[in-house]
Amino acid sequence: MATLEIRDLHVSVADGSDGTKEILRGVDLTVQAGETHAIMGPNGSGKSTLAYAIAGHPKYEVTSGAVTLGGEDVLAMSVDERARAGLFLAMQYPVEVPGVSVSNFLRSAVTAVRGEAPKLREFSKEMKKAMDDLSIDPAFAQRSLNEGFSGGEKKRHEILQLEMLKPKIAVLDETDSGLDVDALKVVSEGVNRFSSTEGTGVLLITHYTRILRYVKPDFVHVFAAGRVVAEGGPELADELENEGYEKYVKAGVS
Amino acid sequence: MGLETKPLSTLHQKASYEVGDFDVPTGREEEWRFTPLRRLRGLHNGTAEPHGKAVLEVDAAPEVTVETVGRDDPRLGRAYVPADRVSAQAWSSFTQATVVTVPKEAVASAPTVLRVRGEDASAASYGHTTVILEPFAEATVVLAHRGSATYADNVEFVVGDGARLSVISLQDWAGDSVHVSHQHARLGRDARFVSHNVSLGGDLVRISPSVSYDAPGGDAELYGVYFADGGQHLEHRLLVDHSRPNCRSRVDYRGALQDQDAHAVWIGDVIIRVEAEGTDTYELNRNLVLTDGTRVDSVPNLEILTGEVAGAGHASASGRLDDEHLFYLQARGITFDQARRMVVRGFLGQLVERIEVAEVREKVAEAIEAELDRGAAR
Repeated sequence: MATLEIRDLHVSVADGSDGTKEILRGVDLTVQAGETHAIMGPNGSGKSTLAYAIAGHPKYEVTSGAVTLGGEDVLAMSVDERARAGLFLAMQYPVEVPGVSVSNFLRSAVTAVRGEAPKLREFSKEMKKAMDDLSIDPAFAQRSLNEGFSGGEKKRHEILQLEMLKPKIAVLDETDSGLDVDALKVVSEGVNRFSSTEGTGVLLITHYTRILRYVKPDFVHVFAAGRVVAEGGPELADELENEGYEKYVKAGVS
Repeated sequence: MGLETKPLSTLHQKASYEVGDFDVPTGREEEWRFTPLRRLRGLHNGTAEPHGKAVLEVDAAPEVTVETVGRDDPRLGRAYVPADRVSAQAWSSFTQATVVTVPKEAVASAPTVLRVRGEDASAASYGHTTVILEPFAEATVVLAHRGSATYADNVEFVVGDGARLSVISLQDWAGDSVHVSHQHARLGRDARFVSHNVSLGGDLVRISPSVSYDAPGGDAELYGVYFADGGQHLEHRLLVDHSRPNCRSRVDYRGALQDQDAHAVWIGDVIIRVEAEGTDTYELNRNLVLTDGTRVDSVPNLEILTGEVAGAGHASASGRLDDEHLFYLQARGITFDQARRMVVRGFLGQLVERIEVAEVREKVAEAIEAELDRGAAR
């Protein structure tokens, strides 16, 4: 069983004037297989930094702390090694990659993660089914990755990748932002299909409680000023819905 | 800046069949400043010995006539007058020319392939090719260049009223070759011209594709793909001269560069003259810089002399592989090297996939893979 463990994680980014700025200031978090965790927090609290640091984006420098997946040192791995080890990051702003088709990209990714190329016929069938589940027009398979996609189409394709790559732990970075209600439902169903798979865990980062009506978290963590400032069950999300982040923002500034 | 104060481009201004009408370039001239003249082996200053060897083989579609003719054939040089000294040298020096004719309303059932194979680069060889599409004819012509040569030539495309011509010029030379070429297309009413230039091999390649319009309704699409390795100079100089109303042009050239002293030059000149109302034009050049030590010069130049255009724009961008692209692919388990290949392949592939001749398209795709292998092996 895969467990993602984050211990006392400190992360900095370049501040644009030769210095660095600490964004994460000691994050502790454990996501076990079978669990869905929601991380909620105001803008600028460091939620996305946590997501990118776990995935290994070069812009974010881990200055201290540890991240392990099933006991393996994630921070020692390259970006692609992390993905092959079973981590997945659904991006908040997926980039457009001209000339790389969705199907070519998916096949390359599936081959990399599974360690062998799937048979073309089986892959096509699998992709078609996964696209169908997310109400994605099959014509998208031949289009350049994310190029000219609407915000909702990009997010559906992130979940498409999630479902095809079958990671152990999925980090979803504001996958709900910019979605209309119909798209939110479709995307949430995809997340639920994934999280109901044996041995998978979800770390859902969101600014809003709206998605939590469709994706039920087991644990809710409130993020402020680069660390977790409150933890609880689903009831914490309801409290945030009613009262907002204000008291946590104050508590986080220490 | 008012239109009346803007001078017409000084580039491509002169035209003559006489070598002596052009001064020997010094490298300070606008049209020569990016070209390493010393590597032209005397093509530009009259010192090149004319006993090099380049052999032509032709594989023509059954509907198409291909003739080898002498210098005095009246069909030669009617569409194009040499625009620089090397071009005039080629015009003055060729001994035999090739005339390709597609008769009126004929539709060629296969591509017509002209293979130029260089067999001696120690001295210069010269060529001249005239391709004539009579009204409403349709054809695809492939110009394939390989081997070792110091080669200068002029290619004329006369595309008659309502005719359609697709041309692929493949510069797949050996590493010791020099190639300087002008490719001029002259379009009749409602004529359509599509050109692909693919420049991969050679020490120095300088291609100047140009388009002029005889009547309204002409449509030209000029595409180019190049991959410059260490020490290679690949230069493409485009000129689209809109002198008739309601014509269209599109230019999209893309290149990749890797290793020390790989040099790519792209000049994109578009002129929209006063009488060319309703012109629709867009030109684009992009370069992907894969390593340190390379150099790109990209100069778009759009001169608009009428206020009545349907569309006119240009863009040029040169840069390294985008870290965000690589991160995204790597975050899906794809290795750095493979991610890099996928991005470059995609970037160039959008033009390669437009090449209509499957055999050439596959060959170009393979050649790009070989270039990427070379980059990965370093």
